[in-house]
Amino acid sequence: MNRVIYYTFIGVLLAFLQVFVFNNILLFEYINPFLYIAFVFLFPVRELRFYFLLMAFSLGLFVDVFSDSGGIHAFSTLTIAYIRLFLIKLYFRKTPIDYPFFSLQKEPFGKIFNFTVTLTVIHHFILFSLDNFSFHNFTSVLLNTLYSSIFTLLLFFIGGYIFIKKQ
Amino acid sequence: MQELISFIQKYKYLLFFIMLQAIGVHLTIRNHNFHKSTFLNSTNYISGNLYEKFANISDYIHLKDQNQELVLENIQLKNKVAFLNSIEETALETISIDSTYFNQRYSYSTAKIIKNQYTKSNNLLLIDKGENDGIEKEMAVFNSKGIIGITEKTVEKYTRVQSILNKNSGISARLKKGSNYFGPLVWDGKDYRKVQLTDIPRQANVKIGDTVVTSGRSTIFPEGILVGTVLTVGNKNSSENKINVQLFNDMSNLRHVYVVKSLHKLELKTLQDE
Repeated sequence: MNRVIYYTFIGVLLAFLQVFVFNNILLFEYINPFLYIAFVFLFPVRELRFYFLLMAFSLGLFVDVFSDSGGIHAFSTLTIAYIRLFLIKLYFRKTPIDYPFFSLQKEPFGKIFNFTVTLTVIHHFILFSLDNFSFHNFTSVLLNTLYSSIFTLLLFFIGGYIFIKKQ
Repeated sequence: MQELISFIQKYKYLLFFIMLQAIGVHLTIRNHNFHKSTFLNSTNYISGNLYEKFANISDYIHLKDQNQELVLENIQLKNKVAFLNSIEETALETISIDSTYFNQRYSYSTAKIIKNQYTKSNNLLLIDKGENDGIEKEMAVFNSKGIIGITEKTVEKYTRVQSILNKNSGISARLKKGSNYFGPLVWDGKDYRKVQLTDIPRQANVKIGDTVVTSGRSTIFPEGILVGTVLTVGNKNSSENKINVQLFNDMSNLRHVYVVKSLHKLELKTLQDE
């Protein structure tokens, strides 16, 4: 239960950071990181799954409210929150018995990398597609997805490196 | 009934997921249709308040820039006031005296370039008029396309002209549009088609393609003689803030020029020297 509160706090913190800091970062004028999805990577598996889905949705909605974008963040964050379990099965080869002991920090870097890259790219792709909301400029959707994913992942790994080393 | 319950039991997460997703889709579509008519946008009470708080903080951080902008605006307004005042004064004057005679500031004469030079670092030209024709030291030389230089030394029949393609040249020039920023025009000795406009303040909004004209600050050149167009703007953070200017004149191909005599020059000079 402690872990749930801890990660909820981190999620809220990330959402605030997203709204007030990261939304203002525009690398090369249009590349924007979406670091709040780190909440989805980090939240413990198998604990309160309803709560987790609801939390992912609310965080997305929170970011949406502040960036006037309807429900696109909520939609894409909820999507990756839902498919996370299947990706954990796929990449980390975990069975339901292992879930309570699963922690991202104990896994090898290569697996974490695959896992986060997949989730980030899916999230960003859905996000930019909904933001665009048409099949015009589809190349710009793909390019935005690529650049923003790189930026988000870079920030995620740098942040992870800094905070995990300190512990 | 039991089957229904077991179905829900089995797929509860998926159903929950689909339910929330439907809300998300609904919000997205509504946002696209009614242009932010929903109450879940950044104008509502909570997020609006938070935004205001953060805006206050960032306002404080940007005070310096804002001040600079205001000072700039003040300067512009003051310039405007000064300009309007001058119009008012001249308007009054024209009622009382015949200004066409008293206000003539320049007289023009023609000349021909007989020796051209543009490959050295200190280029000097020769024109075929001299002291006999009323040419003096420090008179402006230009043609229909733009400025050429300043007379430097006169003998009876000839005059030597210091070209703008000269490292000692420093004619005052300004941007034609919208501003009174001025600075000396220098030459770096590299390309005879380009000169450099320096000392334009950083806050000046210089765009590539802007026209550069003489400023009229010196006692030599009349205001508004064409120089060239802005080719590149230098690094804004450097101290000299160099602007490359492409000359209208082809300095390698000159023939007929005008020489300008400034009639108020002596007056202005004595005033400045006092």
